[in-house]
Amino acid sequence: MPEPPALVLIAGPERVLSDRALDSTLEVLRAHDPQIEVVRLYAADYAPGSLLVHASPSLFGGATAIVLHDADEASDDLQADLLTVIEQVGDELRLVVLHKGGNRGKRVLDALKSAGARRIDAPAIKTDREKNDFLTHEFRRARRKATPEAVRALLDAVGRDVGELAAAARQLVDDTEGLIDVEQVQEYHGGKVDATGFRVADAAVAGQTSEALRLLRHAIASGLDPVPIVAVLASQLRQVARVATAGGGSSGALAGKLGMAPWQIDRARTAARGWDGDRLGRAIQAVATADFEVKGGGRDPVYAVEHAILTITRERGAG
Amino acid sequence: MSVWDDVIDQPTVVTTLDRAVRDQTAMTHGWLLTGPPGSGRSTAARAFAAALECPRDGCGECHECRTALDGSHADVEIVATSGLSIPVRQARELALLAQARPSVGAWRVIVIEDVDRLTERAADALLKALEEPVSRTVWVLCAPSLEDVIITIRSRSRHVRLRTPSPEAVAELLTRRNGIDPQLALDSARAAQSHVGLALRLARDDGARERRRETLRFAGGIHNLGDAMTAAATLASIAGDETSAASGERDGAERTRLLEQLGADPAARTQPPHIRSQVAALEKEQKTRATRFGRDVVDRALVDLLSLYRDALMVRSGAPVDLVNADLGDQVRDVAQTHTAEQLLLAMDAIGVARERIEAAVPPLLALESMAISLQVKGVRV
Ligand SMILES: [Zn+2]
Repeated sequence: MPEPPALVLIAGPERVLSDRALDSTLEVLRAHDPQIEVVRLYAADYAPGSLLVHASPSLFGGATAIVLHDADEASDDLQADLLTVIEQVGDELRLVVLHKGGNRGKRVLDALKSAGARRIDAPAIKTDREKNDFLTHEFRRARRKATPEAVRALLDAVGRDVGELAAAARQLVDDTEGLIDVEQVQEYHGGKVDATGFRVADAAVAGQTSEALRLLRHAIASGLDPVPIVAVLASQLRQVARVATAGGGSSGALAGKLGMAPWQIDRARTAARGWDGDRLGRAIQAVATADFEVKGGGRDPVYAVEHAILTITRERGAG
Repeated sequence: MSVWDDVIDQPTVVTTLDRAVRDQTAMTHGWLLTGPPGSGRSTAARAFAAALECPRDGCGECHECRTALDGSHADVEIVATSGLSIPVRQARELALLAQARPSVGAWRVIVIEDVDRLTERAADALLKALEEPVSRTVWVLCAPSLEDVIITIRSRSRHVRLRTPSPEAVAELLTRRNGIDPQLALDSARAAQSHVGLALRLARDDGARERRRETLRFAGGIHNLGDAMTAAATLASIAGDETSAASGERDGAERTRLLEQLGADPAARTQPPHIRSQVAALEKEQKTRATRFGRDVVDRALVDLLSLYRDALMVRSGAPVDLVNADLGDQVRDVAQTHTAEQLLLAMDAIGVARERIEAAVPPLLALESMAISLQVKGVRV
């Protein structure tokens, strides 16, 4: 077994990734020494000197691993104590420092670097593209494949929080077998949105009035709530608008700039043909009106969505 | 000097509270202070508490005054929620505290800064205490408006209404109390539309000033759909940044405090189920708070934007009024020239609609996109 590192720096703001890095670090330390005592300290309520107390050899012997959370919020006292303890690590004392980012505690970061700390990054996952990549990676890590549509459906169904995304991906991996597709996402995370919602939006954006209305009726009849349908309409039109107004360039380059996945760019580009800025603008406004109406601002939520779809397909056809 | 010095531009309020301090017959055990955000409700409540404790009815200099004002007086309890709701447990503790005689001062004063944040059960617990006054206990409850306070609490307290102070009064306070340069203080007070806290932030924080300017540049600066989508995304992301900056450290500290209160080890890797459920409840509340905070930040930005169009309308009509955005006079005149009066009114309508929709839980980004599309100015400039 390789000797575990005495110093570890977990750098970056993404909780899911830093938690995971910390867990695996502690796992390695415990595998190496099952008796190791793990002490967790938090910058927010740090009492000056306590790091030194925990770092000093225990009366009963045995190794200690100190985990220091939020080093980016460290007071001057804590930074000074950290600089001292960094010098003391070895077989009997391991130090794991978590730093969410920013300039505070820079001297500590420099000291960790020159002392040869192992660095594990936990970069922020913010844009749709990053979340898309994160999910794809999650499935790959679990040795599973998911279709791009399934990833997209999961993003739309579970939403913004990376922790929730990770948990949702975990559940799919645990509860299903084989290729993960839209139907499975729908089965486990449905209720909020399903493939029908996307088909309604695709038909509407393509100007297919009767098809969009038929799919909408079908979706409502099968119990789908109008609220997520409106949300999908908004996100589809938003992507078309952003891609249509972003100018030329390869889908890869545009993907970086807009924070979308390349396949989303290609889809939106195809959909953007037949639209112009004014008509697209009015379509988006119709969806915003519908969103207000389905959230209680109107009397009939289903009519509100139908009305938005009719406006979208009319604007699409006016070109 | 007097405790009332920082209660700016509220002569009626000061007269009423000061009389209650000096005249037993004008005193009552329950007070309800209302006023728009930033008008100084909690400042007035603290000043009142200090005046009640002070042997000279609010000299502003003695130990009683100073400790009451900074919240460290033994008989002055100040409940500030910072957005979380006030749980029934806390309300019961307060009701119990109200039973105790003051320990050092003349009165026991309990200030609740956001009485509109009481949960229903917490309000019930408080109501009992208000119904059975204790001779030396005073409740000072604060809320944005009467409508925000449940009627049973309203009817058991005397209502005092604060008005929006004048920008000049706010500026004078910033200069006297915080040492802000007078011109910057006045510009900030006007731009913040007399919200004291916001004005102070604008005066002190370059980032806040830059965010305001960035927001206001959208007036007259949106020429096509691409601009509109970018403007909406920018406005929405300003809110996101402020929200995470405001909540990050506090959320973690609250979690640690909760675990300590429950007797759990905050450093433990996994918590027992009954503790986990309480932590989950806290996290849910924190999320709600972040959402509400984000909406408030967007709303403030929209109020700024609205003020610029209103200024432009004033300039167009030639009305001799002080501009809210006096520090951005060139941009105001520019917008006044490139828009007809009708266009300005339509823009103001669009902003109003967006505010209403965000309040009704339409995703801010979508509401802002729809608004920004309405704010397009075509063919005026490139
Ligand atoms: Zn005094």
